[in-house]
Amino acid sequence: MAPLSTLGRVPAPALAIRGLAMARGYRTLFRDLDIDLAPGQVLQLTGPNGTGKSTLLRLIAGFLRPDAGTIRWSPLPDDATPAECLHYSGHHEGLRDGLTAQDNVATLASLLGGDPERCAAALAEVGAASLAELPVEVLSAGQRRRVALARLLAAPRPVWLLDEPFTALDRDGQALVRRLIAAHAAAGGLVIAATHQPLDLPDLRNVTLGGAAP
Amino acid sequence: MTGWTALLLRDLRLARRVGAGAELGLVFFLILVSLLPFAIGADQRFISRIAPAFLWLSALLATLLGLDRLLQADEEEGVVDQFLLSGTPLELLVLAKALAHWLVTGLPLSLAAPLLGLMLAIEPQAMAPLALSLLIGTPALTLIGLIGAALTVSLKRGGLLLSVLVLPLTVPTLIFGATLVKEAALGRPYTTPLMLLGGMTLLMLVIAPVSAAAALRHARQ
Amino acid sequence: MNDARPTSWLQLANPAVFNRWADRLLWPLVIVTLVLFVWGLYGTFFVSPADYQQGDTVRIMYIHVPAAWLALFVYAGMVVSALGTLVFRHPMADVAQKAAAPLGAAFTLVCLITGSIWGKPTWGTWWQWDARMTSVLVLLLIYLGIMALWRAVDDPLRAARAVAILTLVGAVNLPIIKFSVDWWYTLHQPASVFRLDGPTIHPSMLKPLLIMALGYLALYVVLLLVRMKTELTLRRIDRLQRLAAGIPGDRA
Repeated sequence: MAPLSTLGRVPAPALAIRGLAMARGYRTLFRDLDIDLAPGQVLQLTGPNGTGKSTLLRLIAGFLRPDAGTIRWSPLPDDATPAECLHYSGHHEGLRDGLTAQDNVATLASLLGGDPERCAAALAEVGAASLAELPVEVLSAGQRRRVALARLLAAPRPVWLLDEPFTALDRDGQALVRRLIAAHAAAGGLVIAATHQPLDLPDLRNVTLGGAAP
Repeated sequence: MTGWTALLLRDLRLARRVGAGAELGLVFFLILVSLLPFAIGADQRFISRIAPAFLWLSALLATLLGLDRLLQADEEEGVVDQFLLSGTPLELLVLAKALAHWLVTGLPLSLAAPLLGLMLAIEPQAMAPLALSLLIGTPALTLIGLIGAALTVSLKRGGLLLSVLVLPLTVPTLIFGATLVKEAALGRPYTTPLMLLGGMTLLMLVIAPVSAAAALRHARQ
Repeated sequence: MNDARPTSWLQLANPAVFNRWADRLLWPLVIVTLVLFVWGLYGTFFVSPADYQQGDTVRIMYIHVPAAWLALFVYAGMVVSALGTLVFRHPMADVAQKAAAPLGAAFTLVCLITGSIWGKPTWGTWWQWDARMTSVLVLLLIYLGIMALWRAVDDPLRAARAVAILTLVGAVNLPIIKFSVDWWYTLHQPASVFRLDGPTIHPSMLKPLLIMALGYLALYVVLLLVRMKTELTLRRIDRLQRLAAGIPGDRA
């Protein structure tokens, strides 16, 4: 079976972050942050706990407003907002107990503009085909992760923001995530992943947070 | 299928599976009605007099059920983040959730109310107006509740606070709804309260999604 | 998502500037408040005539009516602060909102209690479901909800925004509540009721009433300034304690 295309119709935009600053509570996490990323590139975010990796991803996703600085995507199709071009996978999987894996992924795919018909193929691709009809509350943490990853494939979007994508995954699962990231980048997609696990990619960019004075 | 309908259907499916569905709300409504005679005595004429008010109060309380989890469950699981990434405006998505909530609470309640009105010896000519008033009025209650649900979305035990925030705002709806049924029971025209009740629901249809979406966005800043 | 906001709002000059002019204004305002109250109460008890129907009872009006005015005035001020919080994201608007809510609730409570005391000799009961009193009661409930929300949300920034939205929703609803309660009251009008503060206010009553209202207003400003200063100090203490303990103060 050919792997699912993860790019969709929208071409991947380039990311330009300029002078970004953010404080949480009374502490400045980072300031004067500049990041440039082109389509097809993978950026790995590293840095000690609490230095703002998750916050940076949520800023890029548009959930938070920065204290200063700009986050620009270009070129964007005229009718699309940045939020509609990206996937965000955070600490919570976005799965609701009481529904099957299939129902969960299909709902998210519909919300994110994907095709619910692709769900079965997407679940198969992340090795969760046999879990499709099970309610997600009976799944293990690693199985839930896999089901959550399926939406990246069910709704093709050019930008992936992944916060600790390897959490709870076994060796196979981690290899799967590496493979998906590599394939997405190779197809011209753009990936930003906050993780300390090696990504094993030839052309990997890295940004380490934690340099800013408190 | 668009994201909006997918979300609506998902919430309806969840309501059925998790057991917060229509039946339980109706049972709660029935219990409240059964408790009334124990509290005030079995005098039919007295019960008949306060029945419209009591049915409306019961509907109000039954609507509050489950509101505290309406948005909280999605927020905790990170689904609201996904709402923000969908092409559909958050305002419309929370409206879909409110509609799902009304379909499993307000709607069955409105349809069952005449039956319970029978038990409370409500005047026959007030039966249809009772159902009508609830059909038109309970959406306003759900929508006001939606605002409260969004404001308390990040609070662990927000249920009581939600009621405290929401109930004062339901005063006009309660007044118009209960008055409608009372006027009908007395055989008087009830066009004015009907119009006012409809106006309340339309107004909340505008205010509630906007306020709830704003509250959800601000809650993550 | 690209607008800028100052890096750390606590570094803004505003709180310091606010504190400086609040300190300068506070004592003169206290004196103004005292003068207005002494003048107003003198007018209430010695100048103003007794009512031909209610006798000396009417004098409670000078305490009751300005409290009702202030109850609404404070809410209007909170609406302005709420816009300041949501639109301009100004931290002083947060502080003003938070400081005002219990004061508004207090004025509302004074209005209800004095109304009840006035009602006893006038209506013969401590509480009558009169349209005005009922509306004020709902206003008190809304104030209590706002105060409860302030307490429930730990993070001050998030609390301010949630409360601001609630305040605005309340502001849209208040006229409707007022209308619905008036409408409800006309359907259930009891046989004979004295109108409490009817249109028949004699000029000799108006002057002490206005002086009392100004006194209430000055008292409100004094209490608001003190509460805002206290809130700023509390936030400063919280920040210093966190810094001293090495706790970052993350809100996540």
